[in-house]
Parts: sequence; C-alpha cells; structure tokens
Amino acid sequence: MVAGQHEAVSHAPPAEIGEMELPHAGSWVTKYIWSQDAKVIAIQYGLTATAIGLVALVLSILIRLQLGFPGTFSLIDPAGYLQHVTMHGMIMVVYLLTAIFLGGFGNYLIPLMCGARDMAFPWLNMLSFWIYLLAVLVLVASFFVPGGSTGGGWTLYPPQVISEGTPGSGMGIVLMLVSLAFFIIGFTMGGLNYVVTVLQYRARGMTLMRLPLTIWGIFMATIMALLAFPALLVAAIMLLFDHLLGTSFFMPAMIVISEQKGQAGGSPLLFQHLFWFFGHPEVYIVALPAFGIVSDLISVHARRPIFGYRMMVWALVAIGGLSFIVWAHHMYVSGMNPNFGFFFATTTLIIAVPTAIKVYNWILTLWRGNIRLTLPMLFALGFLLTFLNGGLSGLFLGNVTVDVPLADTYFVVGHFHMVMAVAPILVVFGAIYHWYPKITGRMLNNAMGHIHFWVTLIGTYVIYYPMHFIGMEGVPRRYYAYGESAFVDDSVMTLNAVISVAAIIVALAQLVFLFNLAWSYFRGKDAGSNPWGATTLEWQTPETPPGHGNWGKELPVVYRWAYDYAVPGAKDDFVPQNVPADAVELAERDPDGSQR
Amino acid sequence: MAIAIVLILLTLGSVVFYFLSPWHLAPLASNWGAIDDTVLISFVVTGIVFVAVVAFMVYSIIRYRYDANRRASYDPENKKLEAWLTGITTIGIAALLAPGLITWASFVRVPDDAHQVGVIGSQWHWQFRYPGNDGRLGRVHPKFMKPANPLGIDPDDPHGQDDLVIDRPVMYLPVDRPVELVMTSRDVIHNFMVPNFRAKMDALPGQMSHFWFTPTETGDFQSTCAQHCGVGHFAMRARVSVVEQDEYDAWLSEQTTFAELNARTEGDPESGRAQYAPCTACHGPQAAGNPDLNAPALTGLGEWYIVRQLENFKSGARGSHEDDQYGRQMTPFANMLDETAMRNVAAYIETLSQDPAEPTVDGNVRRGRRLYRTCANCHGSQGEGKWTVNAPQLSGADDWYLVRQLEHFRDGVRGRHRGDMYGSQMIDMSQYLVDERAVHDVVAYINTFSAQSSTSADSSTVDTEE
Amino acid sequence: MTITLIVIVSVLAVFLGWLLRQSINVRPWVPAGASVPPVVDRLPAMFTTPRVGLIVFLAAISSLFALTISAYHGRMQMAGDWVSVPVPVLLWINSAVLVLASIAFHISWRAAAGGEQKRLKSGLVAAGIFSIGFVLGQAMVWRTLNAEGFYLGSNPANSFFYFITALHVLHLVGGLVAWATAMMKTLRGKDAGKVGQTVELCAIYWHYLLFIWLVLFGLLLST
Repeated sequence: MVAGQHEAVSHAPPAEIGEMELPHAGSWVTKYIWSQDAKVIAIQYGLTATAIGLVALVLSILIRLQLGFPGTFSLIDPAGYLQHVTMHGMIMVVYLLTAIFLGGFGNYLIPLMCGARDMAFPWLNMLSFWIYLLAVLVLVASFFVPGGSTGGGWTLYPPQVISEGTPGSGMGIVLMLVSLAFFIIGFTMGGLNYVVTVLQYRARGMTLMRLPLTIWGIFMATIMALLAFPALLVAAIMLLFDHLLGTSFFMPAMIVISEQKGQAGGSPLLFQHLFWFFGHPEVYIVALPAFGIVSDLISVHARRPIFGYRMMVWALVAIGGLSFIVWAHHMYVSGMNPNFGFFFATTTLIIAVPTAIKVYNWILTLWRGNIRLTLPMLFALGFLLTFLNGGLSGLFLGNVTVDVPLADTYFVVGHFHMVMAVAPILVVFGAIYHWYPKITGRMLNNAMGHIHFWVTLIGTYVIYYPMHFIGMEGVPRRYYAYGESAFVDDSVMTLNAVISVAAIIVALAQLVFLFNLAWSYFRGKDAGSNPWGATTLEWQTPETPPGHGNWGKELPVVYRWAYDYAVPGAKDDFVPQNVPADAVELAERDPDGSQR
Repeated sequence: MAIAIVLILLTLGSVVFYFLSPWHLAPLASNWGAIDDTVLISFVVTGIVFVAVVAFMVYSIIRYRYDANRRASYDPENKKLEAWLTGITTIGIAALLAPGLITWASFVRVPDDAHQVGVIGSQWHWQFRYPGNDGRLGRVHPKFMKPANPLGIDPDDPHGQDDLVIDRPVMYLPVDRPVELVMTSRDVIHNFMVPNFRAKMDALPGQMSHFWFTPTETGDFQSTCAQHCGVGHFAMRARVSVVEQDEYDAWLSEQTTFAELNARTEGDPESGRAQYAPCTACHGPQAAGNPDLNAPALTGLGEWYIVRQLENFKSGARGSHEDDQYGRQMTPFANMLDETAMRNVAAYIETLSQDPAEPTVDGNVRRGRRLYRTCANCHGSQGEGKWTVNAPQLSGADDWYLVRQLEHFRDGVRGRHRGDMYGSQMIDMSQYLVDERAVHDVVAYINTFSAQSSTSADSSTVDTEE
Repeated sequence: MTITLIVIVSVLAVFLGWLLRQSINVRPWVPAGASVPPVVDRLPAMFTTPRVGLIVFLAAISSLFALTISAYHGRMQMAGDWVSVPVPVLLWINSAVLVLASIAFHISWRAAAGGEQKRLKSGLVAAGIFSIGFVLGQAMVWRTLNAEGFYLGSNPANSFFYFITALHVLHLVGGLVAWATAMMKTLRGKDAGKVGQTVELCAIYWHYLLFIWLVLFGLLLST
C-alpha cells in the first residue's frame, strides 16, 4: 500500500484507548511490584534474567577453573562439574537470553515502537512475569535438593538424565522440568501479548512495512517460540511421566549401573526429535531479536537508512520459517536413519542464504554511512564479527559430512558460544547502552562502557576462537578432565589455562558493566529525550522516561518508515517517524545551489 | 578507529592461528580422507568469506567515519546488488554442500565386503564382540546380562553361540579391510569416537546403530566416549589396535566364544582352598590381610575382581611399575596360578567371611562424605561395589591399603599400564582428590561403612546359625 | 513429525501469505504528508483484539497437540510393544456430551450477542454442566480402564491414552475458569453485552477443543 491510497477506517483502532482506561497504579506496590505497565514488567524481566544470568556466569567460571587447572580445586568434583555445565547452559539459553530479549526488550520496546499505550492484555502480561519468576525460583531450588541440580547436559537426553550415574537424576531433573513447564506457560502469556500488540495496537500510519526491524525480530521470534516451545513442553511432560510414573515413552529396556529398569521399548531418539524441534528454533528465538535490534543500532549510529529493508524483513521471516525444518542437523551422529542427513544438510545450508543477506545488508548500511563509533555501534560491530565467525563455523556443522568428525567436540562448543552466546549478548549490551538513556533518562558512563566493550570483545574472541581447533583435534566436550586421554597433549592443557584466565577477566568486566548500570542511574549525564537523534517512536515520547501510557494525551501518528536518516533535502540528518512529509524542515541551500 | 585496528588484528590473528596453531585434525588413519577434504574446502570458502566481509566492513568503518559536515547516502535498497549477492552466496553454499553430500552418500552405504564388529557401550566402558565363524552377530539384550554373560547375548539365538566375547575395552581390527561397527548400549547413550578414524556414531539402548570405515594405518588408537553419559563420561575409553591380517587372526583365535564361556565351569572353592595355600603366608588363612606384610584383606572383593587383578599381576598390567614396591612382590605368586586356578582361589576367598578391619586412618568424615559422592556412582553408596561398572567392594577393605592404592592411582603408579584399562579410569577419577588430606578424608568416610556392613554380615551369620 | 510439520507449515503459510500481501508492493521509504491521513493496514474488523489473542493461543495449542500426535505415531512404530487400548463405550457418550457443551456455548454466544439475558443464562448453565460432565466422564473412563488392568505404565498405548486425554481435559479445565467468570457475571446480573466478550471466546475455544477431541478420538479409534 502506497501513501495516498488509503481505506476508510471502519472501526476505531484498538490502540487508541483513552489514557484513563489503563490499569493505573494506585500505590507503590502496584506501580513497581504488581505492575501492569509493560515498561516496569520489562525491567522486572531484565533484572530477574540478569540475576539468574550472574549465577550462570559464576558456574561458567567454576567450569573454567576445573578445565584450566584440573586437580587443583577440590570444590569441583566430576558430578558438580556436570551440574555446572548443565545449569550454565540451560540458564543462559532459556532463562537469560530468551527472557531478556522477549520479556525484557519485547515488553519495553513493542508498545513504544509501535506507538501503543501498553500491551494488549496488561494483566496477562503481569502474570507472565510472575510465572517466569516462579520458574526461576524453582530452578534455583533445584540447586538445593538432595542430589543437587541435574547434570545431564542442557539437552536433557534420556535415558541418562533420569538414570543413576548422572547427578541430579532424582529431584534435580524433576524441578528442572517443572521449571521449564512454568517458563513455557509464562512465556506463552507474554508471547500472546507481543504478537497481538504488534498486530492490533500499532499507531495510526504504522504499517507493517514501517515497523522498525527490532519489532520484526521480536515479533518473528515470538511466533516461532509460540510454535516451538510446545515441543519442549510435550517432551518435558513425557519425560516426567517416564521418570515418576514408570511409562516408557523414551525409556528402552536397560540395566543402569546395576539396576534393571522396568521399562521397555521406548525410544531415546523420539525425545531428541522433540527436543531439537524446539531446540533449533530456540537458537533463532534468541538470534532474531538480536538481528532486529542490531539492524536498528547500525542504522541509527551509521546515520543511514538500513540497507534493503524489505529484504531484511523477508530474510527474518524466511529464517524463522526454515528453522522448523532443520532440527535434525543436531542429530547427524545420533543413530537416526542416516539418510535423513541429505535432507537436513540441504535445508540447513539453505538457511545460510537469508542469513548471509542480513550480514551483507548490515555491512552495506555501514558503507557510505556516516558512522558514529558510539558504544552501541561498537557492540554492533562486535556482533558482526562474532556472528560472522560463528555463522561460518555453522556451515561446517550443518554440512553433514563435516559434522561427523566435529560433533560433540569443542568445535561445537566454540561455534555455539560464538554464534548464540557472544553475538547475542553483545547485542544485549549494545541495546542496553542504546536504550538506557530512554529507560532512565541518563547516559551510561562512557569510560566504563569502553572498558566493558574492549575486554568483552577481545576476551570472548580469545576464549572461543581457539576452541574450534582443539575440537578439530578431537577433544570431546563435557569432559571433567583430559589427563589420561592420549591424544590430548600438553599444549591443549596450556590453552585451557589461557582460556580460563581470559574467562575470568571477561567475567570481571561484566562487574564493571553492572556497576556502570547502578552508578549511572544516579550519576549519569542527563540524556534528554533523543540523545542519538533516532527516528523511531520511542524517542519521541513526551516524557523521558516515558510515563504509564507512554504518549500523554495524544497517540502518535506515523507518516514514514523507521529509517529516515540522511534524507536528501532535510535540515536534520534524521526525520522522526511522526513527522509528515510536508512538515520536514528543509535544509538551507548554499549559494552554489548544493545542499548542505 | 581502535575498532578498525582490533577487527583487523582479530581477523588476521584468526587466519594466522589457522596456519600456526599446533591443533589440527588428528592424523588420518582411515579411508575418510574425503571428510578431511570437505573440512578443508569449508575452511577455504569460509575463510575467504570471513576475510573479505571483515575487510569490507573495516574499509567502510574507516572510509565513512563520522564527519559532521557530511551526510550518509540515502539509498534504501539496490535490487541488482542484492540479487547478485544472493546469487553468489547460493553458489558458494552449493559448492560447500555438494562435496559434503557426495561423501555422505558413501558414508551411508556400507561396502559389501565389510566385516562386522559389535560394540556395546555401558557406563563407563566398552565391550566388543566378533561374529565368529558364521559371520553373523547374535541378538543381544540387557535382560540376559549376568557375570557369566557379560554382553547379554541371547542364549537362544544360534548366531550368538560362536560370537567372540571381548569383555574388556580392547578392539582389534585388521588394517585395510572395511569394517562396520554395529553398536548398541546397555544403559544410556554413548558415542564411539576415534578422532583418527573421523567417523563416529552414537550407541543407543534399545536399538542398533551402524557406521563403517577402513582403518588404513596400523597401531594403537584410543577411543573416547563423545556423548555425555554420566559421571564417568570423561574416563570411558577403549583401545583400538589396528594390526596386520595374520596378527588379527592370531588374536581372534585366542578369544573365547559365547558357547565356550557358557560351558566354562564355575570356580571350585574346594580346589581353591588348596591352591590358596601359598597365599596364606601374607594374606593369612582367613584372607584377612596383614598390614605388617603390606598384604591387604581379600574378603568381600568379589570373584571377578580377584581374577582380574591376578590376571593383571600375571600379565604385568599391575605391579610392574618400579614405584609399586609391594605390587611387584605379588607378581611371582600370580604367575603360579593358571586361569582355572585363579577362579578357584577367588571362589574360595568368596566363602570366607569378612572380618572388620581396625581403622588406622584419620580424616574428616564429613568432608569425606562429600568427596565420596563421586565414588558412590560406581562403588555404591555403602561401598558395596558393583561388578556391572567394574567397581570392587570398598567396605571392609583395609583403610591403609585404600590410601596406598589411591595414592598410586593419583601418581599413575597403578593403572597407567596399557593392559590395565579399568585402572586407568581410576587415575582419572582419583584426580579430584587433590591432596593427601582429601584421600584420608574419603577413606575415613569409607571406614564408616565397614562397621555397618560387618555388623550386618555378623547378624546374617547369626541368623543362619539359628 | 510429518503431522507437526503439516500443522506448522499451514500456520506459517497463512501468516506468510498475509504478510507478503502487505509487503510485496510497498515502498516503505515513501512518507505520507499531514494532509493525507496515514494509511492503516490492519486485520479485517471481525478480528477483534481478544479474538486475535485467542487465535494466536489456539495456534500454539495446535502445535502442542500436533507434536503429541507425532510422538504417538512415532512411538507406535518404534518398537513392537504397542497393544492398543480398547476404546470404552463411555468415550462415545463423552464425545456426545462435549458436542452438546459446544452447542450450548454457541447458543449462549448468540444469546449474548442478541442481548437475550435469559437464554444466555440457561445456555451457560447447560454448557457448564455438559463440560463438567465431560471431565467427569473422562475421569470415569480412566477409572474403568485402570480397573480393567490397563495401567498407565504397562504399555505405551496406555501411556499415550492417558497422556493425550489428560492433556485435552486439562485444556478444557482451563477453559472452565473463563466459563466460571462468565457465569458469575451473568448470575450477578451483568448485562449480556458485557459478558458477551467472554462467552464468545469460550464458544470459540470450546469449538476448537471439540475439533481437537474429534481428531484425538479418531486417532484412538483408528490405532
């Protein structure tokens, strides 16, 4: 639909509810605790995710201490090591990244960037957070039950995860599965909100093709999550049945340690199919919001319209759709019918095409831009490097033949940390540096930000890049120690020590970041309402930070897309979305006729 | 501009690292050179893309850095450019995929002349079987598993009768002959990986999985478990010896078939009593041990364990290390016994009742309890031992002996011999006992079992007497 | 997983088709002037916000049930240990009761739309009774099967029978919460228009659950 050709609005857009109809807070408790304001819920999500993420960070340091300096710390025994590995992975993937991108940024940005007052169902949105918190608490509780948390790896493969010989196979795994079920229920409530708000609550004039890519990324990721999480739910419930009620969905006849299990006939591969049917889209559930956000960071700070906007949208959608038919590339050496390898290798490598297009378009946005190397931009560039690196190593693992020697080695560890840990977390940081001024009204401290950025970028690269190579040599993952493995030579041990030291330094840099968040909240420079000169609606709010209802009396009306930077003829190098074409302040013409 | 420099350094560093790092694919020892080729193609293609994209990115960052007097260009899209890029990417992806799929086609097609070897994974060791004269492997199922049938071969399946049973993690393969590994698992999922062979596959309970390769280099290779299988995952290894055909045939002929294993008589305690006579000098008539002579108690150890250790002493897998002063004293005695005698002696020792040993080791029991949780996975929560995981009973053992053996494991005095596959697992496992104190603590905790189990043993004898 | 893929692909196809229509010929960078009212591209008016919310939710549930059915098929073919559960006659009766519940909800929906307070009330009462009847009926099926020795753990067919019926009942029970609020409001004499929203959502949800039940029932009958 082109501007000028418009339909009669037959019904009042639901977004245009009166300011008074919002469930306003009556007291401090309803304002900050039982809040129905998406922005407060976003911060609640963000803080909870950060808190549990810190636990996972500490776990990763324990893992690294063991790997770097085996036989030194008696506090890490083989069982504990596996528990740390499992909980670290699960927390980082689900409870930190998924929650912070969708629950955190989704909640904060969707209503603001769409020009809505709030989410479509604020009460459900509040419930979503509280169930998420419950999921986190159940997860934390699993550390303290007899036997400790589960140590079966974040993939939770049966029969192992519910069998003797694996730590936490009693209560630990039960709480893990219950916690995941809560997470999924809570997420579904939030997810309904994100989708419906984007579909129904956009401001007048905010067509789909005028949405910022951040919203597109979060929107697509939410749709995928709504369709993919049920797979994990089904798998988790069936696993609980097998564990507690003696069914044999996944459990074949077997003797574990010395105990003959009563079950028979079940298939561990069935679980793997269900798990990865969730697990692979999950990668993109984390990645797509990052793609979206980084597109906006690059465009804003390169002062240039995002290159190939429609291609970017379609690529997001294509990646989202394709990600449902690639799951078994995690299972090339799982013992499934090997002929599946042909199909899944092909689909997996096809997905590389839209992903590559996104990378090209990001870099083509830099090209002929006017690049401000602000902190958000630095993090975005860091993302480009690490995502490119991790994406390319994905081509190894997706290509079935190449995967065979590399599966289950440190190559895989290096790959997925690069592509779905470092890259998205750099975007999370960039996004926080970018939107913190809107959330608090103050800038984050620049010097601390630079320390944080440089240590994190270089440190993580030093940590994960060499891992690919020891993986090629055949060093397997999830090993407590390598002492007696003949092919693991001393050089690997030295490298492990180096990696561990780098990991500790990177972890310390995160403390600088946390301190910066707290310090700047009180002492940060005043930000004003639009410090970056950005076009999107959240920077056009009447108040900073925006009040409940976001827009004061009048909802914004949108006249243009989100990327009007460097518009020829305009006075400023950006034109906000709510400025009509005929209201753009024009640049003075220089005497020689050329525009400034 | 620091970012541009760092991006260049990291990218160049990545390329240099590829060429200079000491870590690369393990030396190839199978027919899967084609896999190495696809890996190399992937490195070349992705390496070029990586460097090119970062180079363009760095160029853009430097060339288009912020200038207050300049505007970025306003060109929202460029269909032609995007079409070109999409096309080139698609070609690049196809170039990666095609060789991969071609190699995969030969990976999934097992050659007709491949011989089969059965692989059975379990926590935390490998067992193997060879098809015997009929060339076919029999059916296996965990429900048939017992000490006399360690692989769980179906006794009613005629194809299983002549299967060679290898109840230790050692596999022999003839060089230059394609082999298909037919894998299953007794408990959880494992993965049989020898990095030099490139090919690997999960072994799952309740189903068979397969893969094939042709070993092309003779020598010993180590297989590791590549699928997380529990606490002992990192210590689950096997030795694959690739040898010439005649050496292979000779080795095969030494192995026991399932039928022979079944026909073997159990150890006879009566004959064992006489054969035990030389042992009494040190271990005592009741096998209660004698700390003054450094002879441990033997009661409660389990027949299978005593036989295995005697075999180890005899073959030199144990007691040949120069620092193992007392172990070396055992070797001549083990040499006196043949296989049947070993089983007889072990059967006789099993009839002797366990005598509670006097604790001699001081340690922090509470700390030891925490440390013991790792040991409990194999040795049992009460130190009762489990033959399925090759773990001897610990309760009632002499604590001074346990301390000495743990120290030996920690120092590699015991278990490092290539014939002592299970001992080498204990080297791995004992590493988390980081110092002498930890060893003493855990043994002090093990001491608390002996009291309990010996009282229960006493009460059971009382019961029988009544 | 074929069934799941079909469901997911059809959900995504609907979405993609709609999206492509919105985006294929748009030149997003062209701005609108203040004199021209800005374009709105929204779903047609019949898609009210609560309805869209429900539809999205139903899409997620569809994925859940599709995956369950996929797992059912997968497990059935995996080992030769599948012994089908004889479908009790009671299950036919329960199905009929669920159809009645769905009809009652439909009548209530119409009544609420037409402002007919009395018919709304009796419709809701009937819907509630039939629905609770269905839940109790399913519980009786479980008891009967258990008494006849079809235990949960003794055969994968039994496990799946209990699993999928329980999953379905659980969703119905969740719906009963919404029904209870509608009932309370009606009893407290709120006018039909205000309750209408909830009743409408309930009716759609019940129709959907009936559809799912018929699929599941067909699955149980045919295997």
